Amino acid sequence: MAAEGQQHPLKIYWIMWGALFVLSAFSYATDFMDRGALRHFLILLFMFLKAGGIVWIFMHMGWERLALKFAILGPPVAILVLIWLMAYEGFYVEDTRVESFGESTFVPETPHH
Amino acid sequence: MSEAVIEPTGGAGVVHDWSRDKQVFGVPWGKAMMWIFLLSDTFIFSCFLVGYMMVRISTTDPWPNPSEVFGLTVMGQSVPLLLIAIMTFVLITSSGTMALAVNMGYRKDRKKTFWLMLATAVLGATFVGMQAFEWTKLILEGVRPWENPFGAAQFGSSFFMITGFHGMHVSAGVIYLLIVAFRVRNGFYEKRGGNYEIVEIAGLYWHFVDLVWVFIFAFFYLW
Repeated sequence: MAAEGQQHPLKIYWIMWGALFVLSAFSYATDFMDRGALRHFLILLFMFLKAGGIVWIFMHMGWERLALKFAILGPPVAILVLIWLMAYEGFYVEDTRVESFGESTFVPETPHH
Repeated sequence: MSEAVIEPTGGAGVVHDWSRDKQVFGVPWGKAMMWIFLLSDTFIFSCFLVGYMMVRISTTDPWPNPSEVFGLTVMGQSVPLLLIAIMTFVLITSSGTMALAVNMGYRKDRKKTFWLMLATAVLGATFVGMQAFEWTKLILEGVRPWENPFGAAQFGSSFFMITGFHGMHVSAGVIYLLIVAFRVRNGFYEKRGGNYEIVEIAGLYWHFVDLVWVFIFAFFYLW
């Protein structure tokens, strides 16, 4: 199949295109919510749906053989370890900063346009 | 493929592809190499985003609120993230035209492929233009890689680094698309056996740029 190229009915591209617009609108809508667990969950949900659609349909990964899927999509899983390590380290650094230098005294300006 | 071989799929297919005395991935080498390049690029962007996460967690200063920093005032009304939302839609539109271009390429419809790729490149250039506008606006408001009036200094460094590197990818993609598009039009690939796999390979790169924006939008602008 791969040797003949990735040829698929146009309909699936139109559906994916439309879905991306709708999901992006949902993503944008989360900006009107208060920061909290629900907002962060929805940001991640719409992000992964969009990313999955782009990789699976637009980049044709869904039609590739499993050997290629594993080779390309497997290694990025290691990034989860990096995220965990750096988040752990980040909270530790913040704690030591507060302990050594005290809380921030920065007075931010409000952006105005 | 000249002979009709029934190839196993799923887990058995993975073993079959790796253990036979042949090329492992049944795709043109250009496409396999593009995928491997994109995999390495994934790690680069991940490092930037993880670095951004780390500095945002570890700073004691308040983090600037992106929906205010990137807001625009339209007819006296402040709309959060307006420019970023428009940029997102421009990039998604270009993703769709690119996907259609790949399809038309395989149908050997050179005219439609050319115009769709040209539209993709124009939308990409529009995106970069809007990004230049955004950078100018922020710089005029006093945002620098080392300080900004709205909160933690690390905001500026992450912002310029991440969006700058992404914008560079978009700019490179525009040039790449234009080269391939004009070669499609002038029949360059006809002399090479009429193989339009290159359109799909260019498309992979373009969709990847869009993919990275999905993550930047979620983590930098919305989080």
